[in-house]
Amino acid sequence: MAANMNPKKNPMPSQPPEVRAHNFNEVALGYTKDAAMDEAMRCLGCKHMPCVSGCPVNIHIPDFITKIKEGDFEGAYQIIAQSSSLPAVCGRVCPQENQCEKHCVRGIKGEPVGIGRLERFVADWHNTYVQEPPKCPVSNGHKVAVIGAGPAGLACAGDLAKKGYQVTIFEALHMPGGVLVYGIPEFRLPKSIVEKEVDTLRALGVKIETNVVIGKTITTDELLGEMGFEAVFIGSGAGLPRFMGIPGESLKGVYSANEYLTRSNLMKAYREDSSTPIMKSRRVAVVGGGNVAMDAARTALRLGAEKVYIVYRRSMEELPARHEEVEHAVEEGVELLLLTNPTEILGYNNPEDKRDPQNGFVTGIRCTKMELGEPDERGRRSPVEIPNSFFTVEVDAVIMAIGTSPNPLIKKTTTGLEVNARGGIIVQEETGATTMEGVYAGGDAVTGAATVILAMGAGKTAASAIDIYLQGN
Amino acid sequence: MYKIIYKKCLNDFVIMMDVEAPLVARKAEPGQFIILRVDENGERIPLTIAGFDQKQGTVRIIFQVVGATTKKLSHKNAGDYLSDFVGPLGTPTHTEGLKKVCIVGGGVGCAIALPVAQKLHAMGCEVHGIIGFRSKDLLILEDEFRACCNQLTVMTDDGSYGRQGVVTLPLEEAIQAGEAYDEVLAIGPLIMMKFVVATTKPYQVKTIVSMNPIMIDGTGMCGGCRLTVGGETKFACVDGPDFDGFSVDFDEAMQRGSIYNNYERHAYSETCNLFTKEVE
Repeated sequence: MAANMNPKKNPMPSQPPEVRAHNFNEVALGYTKDAAMDEAMRCLGCKHMPCVSGCPVNIHIPDFITKIKEGDFEGAYQIIAQSSSLPAVCGRVCPQENQCEKHCVRGIKGEPVGIGRLERFVADWHNTYVQEPPKCPVSNGHKVAVIGAGPAGLACAGDLAKKGYQVTIFEALHMPGGVLVYGIPEFRLPKSIVEKEVDTLRALGVKIETNVVIGKTITTDELLGEMGFEAVFIGSGAGLPRFMGIPGESLKGVYSANEYLTRSNLMKAYREDSSTPIMKSRRVAVVGGGNVAMDAARTALRLGAEKVYIVYRRSMEELPARHEEVEHAVEEGVELLLLTNPTEILGYNNPEDKRDPQNGFVTGIRCTKMELGEPDERGRRSPVEIPNSFFTVEVDAVIMAIGTSPNPLIKKTTTGLEVNARGGIIVQEETGATTMEGVYAGGDAVTGAATVILAMGAGKTAASAIDIYLQGN
Repeated sequence: MYKIIYKKCLNDFVIMMDVEAPLVARKAEPGQFIILRVDENGERIPLTIAGFDQKQGTVRIIFQVVGATTKKLSHKNAGDYLSDFVGPLGTPTHTEGLKKVCIVGGGVGCAIALPVAQKLHAMGCEVHGIIGFRSKDLLILEDEFRACCNQLTVMTDDGSYGRQGVVTLPLEEAIQAGEAYDEVLAIGPLIMMKFVVATTKPYQVKTIVSMNPIMIDGTGMCGGCRLTVGGETKFACVDGPDFDGFSVDFDEAMQRGSIYNNYERHAYSETCNLFTKEVE
């Protein structure tokens, strides 16, 4: 079969921007069978597989694409499933442009193969047409506890379960999925997909205990002691949101992105039948430039905002969000205020009437213009304030999406678990081993806010290290 | 699912429930809280633990019907189940080394103050209690407080029971009379705690307050429960709920607490209508 030498990827069918900006349905609709097979034909099947080296979980990319070329979609799925516990998720939220697709040979003279889109196609095909649950492996009798049912924990649990370990995941919230359910919005990752992936893990024999906060309900020491777990993986995720420390951050209408997204995603505040409130704001400023900021901005639009701004202190070039997310946001009408830094959030205050119910609600955000100065030691040009460039944007909500610091609960209640100056759990990079014997960690609890796939990669690394540790015992 | 083992109405608005949650009961300490969801699609609400029985594996909650969720919760009976119940969350109230304490409770806040008073009493600490209510109909837990307080003063706003007036009145008298408290512990509406602090501060009597802001996850993730304490942002769910009263910005906390008032009123009346329809 001759390769398809079209320099462009098959386009991803999507809801039109003017329609999708007002609903919570998934934006990208996925390849058809024909588009997938056509895209697969663009893969040259390079012997040295540069794409695989860019994948944090080392999926055998050329092999699964070959199966697509042959029309054997379930075969393709089985190849991905060997390396990834959450293919339908990764096909949607991985930053492929910085990973597998970055190394694709086709990318030199055109666009790389749409590896992420193909992964998504294969996973969706499997989820639609294959009802048979995976076989539950024979137990090897060893018990492992996983803390947190987010991407790191789910990946770690999946790999261990496939090797025959009896895995129990402890989740603090009422639903498994971590950031996949509380953070990433429905329109980017439908929750039914997360549920399916979690069901697959359950079919592998993984037990999931929700409403258990490790460090509070049960301690790490109890897991390793009286509860009889031989190893523990900590994937407790992102922690407390950061704020800027500018005046007005306690006004009504100032949210952390975590709170805003949790209300809308996990608690379904966008739906009529949810009892969780969220402010239906008219004009919204989102501070920050990452994927979380884009998610918050696009959520605000869908909740009915007429105008949504992204306020970011550096320029377009430094914007850390995925290119595709920025593009989607702009298409939907989000306005980028670049080289702009907030200095104060303004609120309503009626001096005549202290009981005026409008008192304390956000009315605007005062900003200053920035320019990029000299590069720092890491090569990033730091933004410098332009004197006397203040201006005010009228908004009734401000969402702070400037990162988080790791969750303090487990550290506070586990003696012997060391953390770095930023609060991240200290681990050996090659194994995920912490300073406590038998305890491993990975994901945002270690690194601070990062990506789903890096967390999954860390979960997998720890799973194989736990396997070696327990087989050696 | 978490079974309601026992339910009792303490007055027309305040309800007590014991919920089967052995893992929570095993670790619970006075001053900590739980988060519950009544049913699927329900919101997560924090309630401070009002008692626990480790043998039975139950946790006691006492709540006032103020909004849609507490209304729904009030319609659940012994034998019914709650969809989620997680805890114990937050830092327990500090009691170590205390020899003489005045506990000031206001309204349903008394339910939270009681286990702390009981613990202090059991430790051999001298406990003075001041509990305040709007009127006699709203009085709760008087006998329980009598059993663990060396002195108890009951206040009502309208004088329908006990002494008429606000809780700060006997508190200031006691301090002026030379009662040397190691600590005053105030648990109740924000406005009451604000005035307790205003009363004790001139005398520099250390005062601890229990904050109960709006929360979602309750585990240090969303930041919704943030407060300004001593000029710094603190999170009630992991840093609290107890804070040094002299440092808390009460005006800000009161303002933040009112963010969903409109929504709440609407949701509350809708829920009431729903229950009325069910009865019809």
